[in-house]
Amino acid sequence: MATVSTSEFKGGLKVMMDGDPYNILENEFVKPGKGQAFNRVKLRNLKTGRVIERTFKSGETLETADVVDTDMQYLYNDGELWHFMVPETFEQHAADAAAVGDAAKWLKEQDICQVTLYNGSPIGVAPPNFVELAITETDPGVRGDTSGGGGKPATLETGAVVRVPLFVQTGEVIKVDTRTGEYVSRVK
Amino acid sequence: MTDGTNWMPTCPLGALRKRAKLLAAVRRFFAGRGILEVETPLLCRSGVTDPHLQAFTTRIRLPGARPGPELYLQTSPEFAMKRLLVAGSGSIYQICKAFRNEESGRHHNPEFTLLEWYRVGYSLFELIDEIEALFAELCGEDLPLQAAERFAYADIFERQVGADPLTATPAEFAARARALGLPEAEALCGEDRSLWLDLLFSHVVQPRLGRGRASFVYDYPACLPSLARKRPDDPRVVERVEVFLGGLELGNGFHELADADEQEERFERDLALRRRQGLPLPPKDGRLLAALRAGLPDCSGVAIGLDRLLMLLARADSIGEVLVFPIERA
Repeated sequence: MATVSTSEFKGGLKVMMDGDPYNILENEFVKPGKGQAFNRVKLRNLKTGRVIERTFKSGETLETADVVDTDMQYLYNDGELWHFMVPETFEQHAADAAAVGDAAKWLKEQDICQVTLYNGSPIGVAPPNFVELAITETDPGVRGDTSGGGGKPATLETGAVVRVPLFVQTGEVIKVDTRTGEYVSRVK
Repeated sequence: MTDGTNWMPTCPLGALRKRAKLLAAVRRFFAGRGILEVETPLLCRSGVTDPHLQAFTTRIRLPGARPGPELYLQTSPEFAMKRLLVAGSGSIYQICKAFRNEESGRHHNPEFTLLEWYRVGYSLFELIDEIEALFAELCGEDLPLQAAERFAYADIFERQVGADPLTATPAEFAARARALGLPEAEALCGEDRSLWLDLLFSHVVQPRLGRGRASFVYDYPACLPSLARKRPDDPRVVERVEVFLGGLELGNGFHELADADEQEERFERDLALRRRQGLPLPPKDGRLLAALRAGLPDCSGVAIGLDRLLMLLARADSIGEVLVFPIERA
C-alpha cells in the first residue's frame, strides 16, 4: 500500500494505525507561530467503530489501508453469518456479527447495502438510508385519538422497533430512515 | 490553463467591508499616537533562519542577465523594520503581507496580513497595554472584550498541564500528557523539551485562552527564545509575549534582542538545527547584524495576524471566510 503524509490526510481516507484500519474524519493543522507544526487528526477505527483523536508531527506518514466500500445485495442470514453478493460478479461475502453490528436490524433480503471490505473481508455494513419494512406487531391505535404526538412503538419484520403514528397498523409497510431510526411514511 | 471553477471569492462581500473598516481603524489608532506607517520590501535578500518557518523563494534576474541569487518572500517584516529603527525612524508600524510555506489549514493561509509595530523606549509590559488598547478599539461593540488577563508562561502552564515547564523532566511531561488524553505525545516528543512545551501548550493551554478577553502570556521559557531578550534577573525566561483571543494565537511580541553577537549565535544555532533536519539553509541577514552592531534603540515590538482578528470579528470558523481568495483559489 502507498504511504500518505499529514498534508494528504483528508476526510474519508483509510489508513493503517497500530495494526488496525481507520477512516480519517477530520484533520486540523495546529501550529504555534514560532513553533513545531502538528496535525490533530480525528479517526474512526473501522473494526470497533471507536472514534479517537491523535496528534502527528506535520510531515509524518501512515500507510493507506486496503479498505473498499462495495455495494452488495443482502442475501440471507444462516443463523451465524450474514451473506452478501456483488450483483455484477455474483461474488459472495459472509460477514459476522461484529462486522454487521447495528445494521442487522435493518437488513432485508435483496436490499442493496454498502459493505466495507478490509483486505478482502467484510468489516462493516451500512444499510440503505431508507428501508421499507412490514410491521409485525403494534398496538391498535385508538380511533379519533390524535393527541399525544409521540405515537407508539412498532416491531418490524427485521426485529427493529420504531415509533410510528397511532394510525399505522400491523401488516402495513412503512419507510424508515436508518440513519436516525425514524418513521418516514406509509408505503402503499 | 488553470482550473476555471470556483472563481468566486470564498468570503461574503460583507467581509470586504469588515476588512476595510479594520484597516482604517488600525491606521486611525496609530495616527492618533503619532506613530509612522512604513513599508519595507516583501522580496528580501536573506530569509528567516527559524527552523519552524519555511520561506517561499524565487530567483532574481536582472535584465538580460542569467538568474541571480535566491530571494526570499518575507515571513515577517521584522528585520527590515529593525534596520529602520537603527537608522533613527522612531516608533513605526506596518501593515503588510507575509508568506509562510508549509502552513495551511483552518487558521493558516500561506499568504496572510500582518500588523507589526515597534515602540522605541517601551518595555514589554507597556507594549502589552498598548496591544490591549488597540484590541479594545478594533473590537469595539462588534466583539465586546473584558479587561485582559496576563499570565506568566510558567504559571498558566502549570495550572493547566500540571507540570512546571521550566523544571519538569520529559518523563513528567509524558505522565501529564497521558493523563490529559495525549498518550501519543511521548513517542512524538521524546527528550525534546521545546517540542514538549509546543505540544502541551498548543493542545492543552491555548484552547482555553482568550475567552471573552485577550490573554497575554509572557516570560517564555529560555528554550523558546526566538528574537526576545533574556530577562536580566531570571535567565531561565525571555522577554517574549504571545496574545490569544478566542483560543486563537493572534500575535507574538518581544522586548527586542539588541545584542548583535547573541543574535548571530541564535542564527548559527537555528542553522545547525536546520542542517540536522535537512532543511534549506538561508544566508544569515548580514545587514540586520550590521545594523544591530550600529545600535538598536531599546524597543519592544509585536506582530498581530489581522486575518485571524477579522475571523473573530466576523465570527468565522475558518480563515477562508475572511479572505477573498485563499491559496486554493489564488
